[in-house]
Amino acid sequence: MRIETCYFCSSRIYPGHGIQFVRNDCKIFRFCRSKCHAAFKKKKNPRKTKWTKAYRKTAGKDLAIDPSFEFEKRRNAPVKYSRELWTKTIEAMKKVEEIRQRRSNNHIMQRLRKGREVEWQRDVREVQRDISLIKSPAAGLKQRQLEEETEMDIEPETIEVVDAKGRKKIIEAPVMVPATGEMIEDGGDIDL
Amino acid sequence: MSLYNFKKIAVVPTAKDFIDIILSKTQRKTPTVVHKHYKISRIRGFYMRKVKFTQQNFHDRLSRIIQEFPKLDDVHPFYADLMNVLYDKDHYKLGLGQLNTARHLIDTVAKDYVRLLKYGDSLYRCKQLKRAALGRMATIMKRQAANLTYLEQVRQHLARLPSIDPYTRTIIICGFPNVGKSSFINKITRADVEVQPYAFTTKSLYVGHTDYKYLRWQVIDTPGILDHPLEERNVIEMQAVTALAHLRAAILYFIDPSEQCGHSIEEQISLFESIKPLFSNKPLIVVLNKMDVVKPEDLAPGKKQLIEQLMTTCSKGNLVNADPNSDLSVVPVMRMSTITEEGVQEVKIEACERLLGHRVTEKMRTKKVDGILNRLHVATPAPRDSRPRPPVIPPSVALKKQRAADKLARKRKLERDIELEEGDDYVLDLQKNYSEIPEEERHDPIPEFWEGHNIADYIDPDIFDKLAELEKEEELRVEGGMYAVPKIELDETMKEIRELARQIRNKKAILKDESRLVKQSTKPVMPRTSRARAKDRSTTKLRDEMEKLGVDMSETKEAHFTRSRSRSRSMSAPAAKRARADERGRSVSRPARDTTGVGNALMQQKAKKMAHVAIAKKTKRMGLKGEADRFIGTKMPKHLFSGKRGTGKTDRR
Repeated sequence: MRIETCYFCSSRIYPGHGIQFVRNDCKIFRFCRSKCHAAFKKKKNPRKTKWTKAYRKTAGKDLAIDPSFEFEKRRNAPVKYSRELWTKTIEAMKKVEEIRQRRSNNHIMQRLRKGREVEWQRDVREVQRDISLIKSPAAGLKQRQLEEETEMDIEPETIEVVDAKGRKKIIEAPVMVPATGEMIEDGGDIDL
Repeated sequence: MSLYNFKKIAVVPTAKDFIDIILSKTQRKTPTVVHKHYKISRIRGFYMRKVKFTQQNFHDRLSRIIQEFPKLDDVHPFYADLMNVLYDKDHYKLGLGQLNTARHLIDTVAKDYVRLLKYGDSLYRCKQLKRAALGRMATIMKRQAANLTYLEQVRQHLARLPSIDPYTRTIIICGFPNVGKSSFINKITRADVEVQPYAFTTKSLYVGHTDYKYLRWQVIDTPGILDHPLEERNVIEMQAVTALAHLRAAILYFIDPSEQCGHSIEEQISLFESIKPLFSNKPLIVVLNKMDVVKPEDLAPGKKQLIEQLMTTCSKGNLVNADPNSDLSVVPVMRMSTITEEGVQEVKIEACERLLGHRVTEKMRTKKVDGILNRLHVATPAPRDSRPRPPVIPPSVALKKQRAADKLARKRKLERDIELEEGDDYVLDLQKNYSEIPEEERHDPIPEFWEGHNIADYIDPDIFDKLAELEKEEELRVEGGMYAVPKIELDETMKEIRELARQIRNKKAILKDESRLVKQSTKPVMPRTSRARAKDRSTTKLRDEMEKLGVDMSETKEAHFTRSRSRSRSMSAPAAKRARADERGRSVSRPARDTTGVGNALMQQKAKKMAHVAIAKKTKRMGLKGEADRFIGTKMPKHLFSGKRGTGKTDRR
């Protein structure tokens, strides 16, 4: 008895499950459930059907080529039973399976990480293009205008200085310029 | 297979049917209508044809009957004799002979009338001649009525005769009525002859077939024969006698010592003596039947003596006038019981053997044998000297033989023996014979699956090397940090950007929903004036939204956008046209184009004329289509060239 793989979705078929179709050239097509059988009958291509393993492999969603896949194979070479070989093989299977699992998981995670970067880029683009939706370009305009006006109106501060001779002299004080940090808060010109 | 099969003779119709068949055939197969304009020669031909056709049909039909019935001189004497007994030879021959004469008569009648028809000078006369001819033919046939019915009966009887092959190996059973002949044939063949406890149950010959030594044997059951002179025998007995007389067969003469058949032993023996001549040159066996009822030893002394006398005469040999040297001279007397089947097979085998032997000796006497015997030669060389010359067996072959013998001697303990030994506790165990696997591992349950994988797919002697390699590679990968998860750190600006992007998306989603709500309605759009849309376009809303976007809206009390349009009529709209009081309230059509701008009627006429001239000049000069030209508005009007044309015309619908 064997656990077969589904022709369409490559899932496991346990003994007593599924259905199989033998074409007139003796090729056997095994299907795990009626969904796969129906898809086959509709001449769907498993590589182009999104939910199959074949699709995930061809599209690069799953790990497809790796030496860890080379262990499980139909070898068609009869080997005589020996207890030692069998127990060792089962141990080996466990190890192989662990490595294979790790590698395919890693493959998926790496793929997903790339998505994060794309997301950030999208965020930046969004903010650059549509910031006006949450903050008007006109926001803070009046304030600025007001400030500019006040700046214009500021009389140069004068200081009356009396010199030693008792003569009065008026000197201009140095002008205070408002901090430019406020501009950023306005959101008008964020440099991204 | 059989030489004589009388089943294929065609049915002989009665005279009336015969005439009907022929005349209707004439009517059907010859022309029937004479037209007025036919010449007399044609009319003569017409009727001559009818006469000839009828004659031909009579002739054919009669010839066929004459031909199909077996001729007594040609068939095997057995059949000839049988038919004589059954149907009376003279009667049979006479019947066929008369049919033959009838045929000739019909031929001559037809000939005469055809000759007369040649001189027929009118349609009427020709027709009368034809009628006369056909009538005479019919009369001739009518006279054969008795013959035809007789022949039909003969045909039916012949068809039911058993198909006896007179030349094959045959066993004939004869004896007094009710001595067990039919029971015997039922026992040794597949024939199903009726058996009843009264005399003459079997009234005709019956045939069965049996197998012996891979040969087919024909067994004939005859009706019982009584002991009286030949002349007094009835038809039923005569059938048996013909079979005995003409068929070269083994004969079983049945005697019933128990006398249950109603005839004493004396009678039976005297019959045997009287029909003896029929047994000449044939293997004969006397069978004492019904041994289950009484055995010859238990009979009354007088009867017992008779039986013993019969046995001695049989064993003496000169019973039949046969060659004293042949084995036919001794007639065995056998015992049998058809009820207990005791001795039945022995009788059959003995009869077959004797007949076979007899046939071979017969063959040996013929001339053909010499030719075959010349070709046969069996060499029997005389020994040259006394040296023994055994067959040569090579030593290798001898060794092989020895080994085979040894192997036979060494008997293995079979599974069957074990089963017998253990009885109910026995369980078939073939794994113990797996000689190439160590003893303690032989009965291991071999695991097949592990977590959805076939273990068999992993079984490979190289797998451990490959695994070691893979593990090494994996270690390198781990060391190289391939599986280490990189830590993602976002700086402050990026966090801020993400937050902003989130807000923007939310806003977008809201806008989208709102616009969808607005667009949702697929109903006809009402005019804007009557629609209550003022609410979603209010100044307060605008102000709110702008404030949300961060615009300072504090001093916009008098802003331009606060001045919304009133619901009254537009100030700029022109005043409605008002009808003047002095005019009639009735519509007046516009004046025609050719009358506008023209002063009076005279001028109008002149202008028209000038226009005509101008147009005519232009059309002439440039070859244009003028007003008077034939005008076809649409070359192919759609309504005339499309759609079905079930009814109506193609040019008008």
